[in-house]
Amino acid sequence: MNTEAYLFLALFAAAALGFALSPLALAWLWAKMFSPRKSGAVKNAIYECGLAAEPTGWVQFKSEYYLYGIIFLIFDVESIFLLPFAVACKHLPFAACLAMLIFVLLLVEGLAWAWAKGVLAWK
Amino acid sequence: MKTDSPEDLARQGVVLTTVEGLYNWGRKNSLWPLQFGLACCAIEMIAASMARFDIARFGAEVFRPSPRQADLMIVSGTVTKKMAPQVVRLYNQMPEPKYVIAMGACAISGGPFRDGYNVLKGIDLYIPVDIYIPGCPPRPEALLDGLIALQKKITAQHLTGPGRPRHLDSRAAGEFPVPEFGAHDLVGPTLPKAEVS
Repeated sequence: MNTEAYLFLALFAAAALGFALSPLALAWLWAKMFSPRKSGAVKNAIYECGLAAEPTGWVQFKSEYYLYGIIFLIFDVESIFLLPFAVACKHLPFAACLAMLIFVLLLVEGLAWAWAKGVLAWK
Repeated sequence: MKTDSPEDLARQGVVLTTVEGLYNWGRKNSLWPLQFGLACCAIEMIAASMARFDIARFGAEVFRPSPRQADLMIVSGTVTKKMAPQVVRLYNQMPEPKYVIAMGACAISGGPFRDGYNVLKGIDLYIPVDIYIPGCPPRPEALLDGLIALQKKITAQHLTGPGRPRHLDSRAAGEFPVPEFGAHDLVGPTLPKAEVS
């Protein structure tokens, strides 16, 4: 077995690792020798527009956007598919019709669900 | 054999330097200012960064939108008491080493609005200012002159010893107290006014 080719690869990997790590090591050494860490509460604050950070970054996000996602799928994406489906439906094989019907029925289920939830009512 | 000075050697094409010299040379030629302006002085600062005056010639054209990446705070304009805590907080969030240029009469002392109830009487009440640039507003050339003065100051700084700059001294303060809004005025400790030399 020709090991020299692999030795070359190992040397290459070691050189690459050294190339990447030596600046980091130098920076670490520099900080250790000369430049002390100066951190504090204000410096480590999460917000950096000059205003005081709100008490915490842990806030609850409402996940109600999924309703818009469902309704967008029903009224926008589905209509794009419905027109070519209606045009080509006579010549489609049975399997394709079935697949398309499943897709439409899935979206109709979403519509029924949104309707039952009262999302469609204009307030 | 006589010993040559570094200048003689440089003339012969041999460049010698010290770690300190290299460090300061790198720092003084890449002073990235924080991108913010407070009043009309900021317009002159913007002019200084454009093609006619071209602050890029001195390595200070990279205005950073985040204090985490900035080395230099150019306080360009009137600091109102409402704005002062934000300015101090931004300064505190900049990494060391950091420098401050007070640009214009307002940033130095309140300027023509000094008697206003809402105007801070100089940003050096709350953060240490390295270079004061007088003028109302100072022309872009004056800002460049102040930048060059700051570069000279950086070149003269030593890595070790009692006179070393604040960022290399572990005992020196890293953060300055942020003033708070009181009932009638800003509350909080202020720095002693700098001696004019």
